[in-house]
Amino acid sequence: MSDSVALKSAPAAASKAEPWGAKPRRALSGRNIMLYGTLIVAALYYLLPLYVMIVTSLKGMPEIRLGNIFSPPLEITFEPWAKAWASACTGLNCDGLSRGFWNSVRITVPSTLISILVASVNGYALANWKFRGADIFFTILIVGAFIPYQVMIYPIVIVLREMGIYGTLTGLVIVHTIFGMPILTLLFRNYFSALPEELFKAARIDGAGFWQIYLRIMLPMSLPIFVVAMILQITGIWNDFLFGVVFTRPEVYPMTVQLNNIVNSVQGVKEYNVNMAATLLTGAVPLIVYFVSGRLFVRGIAAGAVKG
Amino acid sequence: MQKSVSIKDLSLSFGAVNVLENLNLDIGDGEFLVLLGSSGCGKSTLLNCIAGLLEPTGGQIFIKNKNVTWEEPKDRGIGMVFQSYALYPQMTVEKNLSFGLQVAKMPRPEIDKRIARAAEILQIGPLLKRKPSELSGGQRQRVAIGRALVRDVDVFLFDEPLSNLDAKLRSELRVEIKRLHQSLRNTMIYVTHDQIEALTLADRIAIMKSGVIQQLADPNTIYNAPRNMFVAGFIGSPSMNFLRGEIAGRDGHPVFVTNGVEFALDGYGASEALQPGRKVVLGVRPEHVAVNAEGAETHQATVDIEEPMGADNLLWLKHAGHTLSVRVGGARRFAPGTAVKLSFDMGLASLFDAGTEERI
Repeated sequence: MSDSVALKSAPAAASKAEPWGAKPRRALSGRNIMLYGTLIVAALYYLLPLYVMIVTSLKGMPEIRLGNIFSPPLEITFEPWAKAWASACTGLNCDGLSRGFWNSVRITVPSTLISILVASVNGYALANWKFRGADIFFTILIVGAFIPYQVMIYPIVIVLREMGIYGTLTGLVIVHTIFGMPILTLLFRNYFSALPEELFKAARIDGAGFWQIYLRIMLPMSLPIFVVAMILQITGIWNDFLFGVVFTRPEVYPMTVQLNNIVNSVQGVKEYNVNMAATLLTGAVPLIVYFVSGRLFVRGIAAGAVKG
Repeated sequence: MQKSVSIKDLSLSFGAVNVLENLNLDIGDGEFLVLLGSSGCGKSTLLNCIAGLLEPTGGQIFIKNKNVTWEEPKDRGIGMVFQSYALYPQMTVEKNLSFGLQVAKMPRPEIDKRIARAAEILQIGPLLKRKPSELSGGQRQRVAIGRALVRDVDVFLFDEPLSNLDAKLRSELRVEIKRLHQSLRNTMIYVTHDQIEALTLADRIAIMKSGVIQQLADPNTIYNAPRNMFVAGFIGSPSMNFLRGEIAGRDGHPVFVTNGVEFALDGYGASEALQPGRKVVLGVRPEHVAVNAEGAETHQATVDIEEPMGADNLLWLKHAGHTLSVRVGGARRFAPGTAVKLSFDMGLASLFDAGTEERI
């Protein structure tokens, strides 16, 4: 039966070993043109501002004043980048973004590490050690994620002041760690819940305790979720402006606050090229993090969603 | 018999749901006990309680005459094998085997000795350097058994260890577990929903339903003298034929009457007097129905469907408004529609009260 069908459809001259059936679709079909056309337009829409920023940052001020914002630079200069990094003025300081960069590093690194360490243990305890009141604890934590930050700013200012760490990097690190806790705990709890429960049981039978199971069984299986948490925290904390401006003093302003002060300075000439360079410099860190670990990020998101 | 594991009045509830209620069970030293039941009957919960992975709401558990109700799993002298193998994916087979021993801070030479012994018993020597992901399902389960073996425990707990394997591997590993038990003589508690595993492996079977042990007996008793209709219907494939009817008296002998047809109950060992008029259910296994036998009390029936199964031939007979499954030898073939004579082996039949569903 199937043989006769095959004979009918296949060209009579063709030998039996040759493939037959519908022709593969052409690459330049109407459907593909529509699909790729839309994708290209969308890509251009997002890439164009970036292009304008890059070319502007490489032009001198006289060339910018000509007004051709889309034209490539006639004379490439890295002067604006150097100025943005080392000598742009914010208020009384004229040492550019470099100060803000190092402040941001000093904020982001400890905040990311501490929040991830604490949240992963939280998530592990909530997922595997069902202690009394675990559900209530978790609910409270999650509700915390939905309260607008603005509501809590003033109380936190008072708390930090009473603790004597208002305006310091330590204070800001603590604030970032606390505000990262709900979403990170949720992330880790769901990841650990999706790991086979029997592994945890087997480790308990083997006599491993709370920390041994966490360090020797759970941690080695959780690289993807740690990468996800790291990316979320690094980009979130690096890009933060509100907490930075509220909880620190000008000497320890993070990069975003300094960028704002450079770009929004109302005195003197608006140096568009320096502003563009400063903005690109500030955005470079999250961009690099995405490019380096993007693949792990996607895998981690999927791993958290699908039960293994 | 020396008691190895003893469970007294064990209860466990999740919120308002009572999974186990006042369960009592004694398991002898070196005994292979199978907990058998369909999913949700509480058999795995019971095993997890014995292992110490679940805290009971009430009752006590003794292992080797020591009250371990509140002990940590590691202090109970048990090893456990899980359905999903539960091997640590990031560790090699050797590390998987040694993990528990390292946690217990055992000296390295002793660890190596135990791993070598387990590897020899389970024939996993060549796999020691591999990761679990590089093993087949059967090999993984061997390693999981090895993990219990190296801990040198008193009691082995198996939680549906063969359910994730394909049919061929399952029967191979089943034989190996039996061999392991014969050579080690450890107490083994084995949870399964597979009646073949239960019948082949067990010294005694505990059939569970809704957290209650329905019958605790050796496989032969469970099969031939089920205590109630649940046990009778659960064990055996195809399951026992049930005929609803009542007791009547004929010439001073009790007979079973269903849909106007009479069956003499000669040879049935009833545990109580069979009063005429009592509503009962007669249970007969497919292999205890004889077809076209000489000399017995016979009844007319018609072949409805024939299912040849190689060694056996399964017939579905129409008889007095019932459909009966009957097992005959593979060589005996019957075309559908054939009229046959059937008779019951009453000595191997079961009679249940229609109300309580208990064996009479």
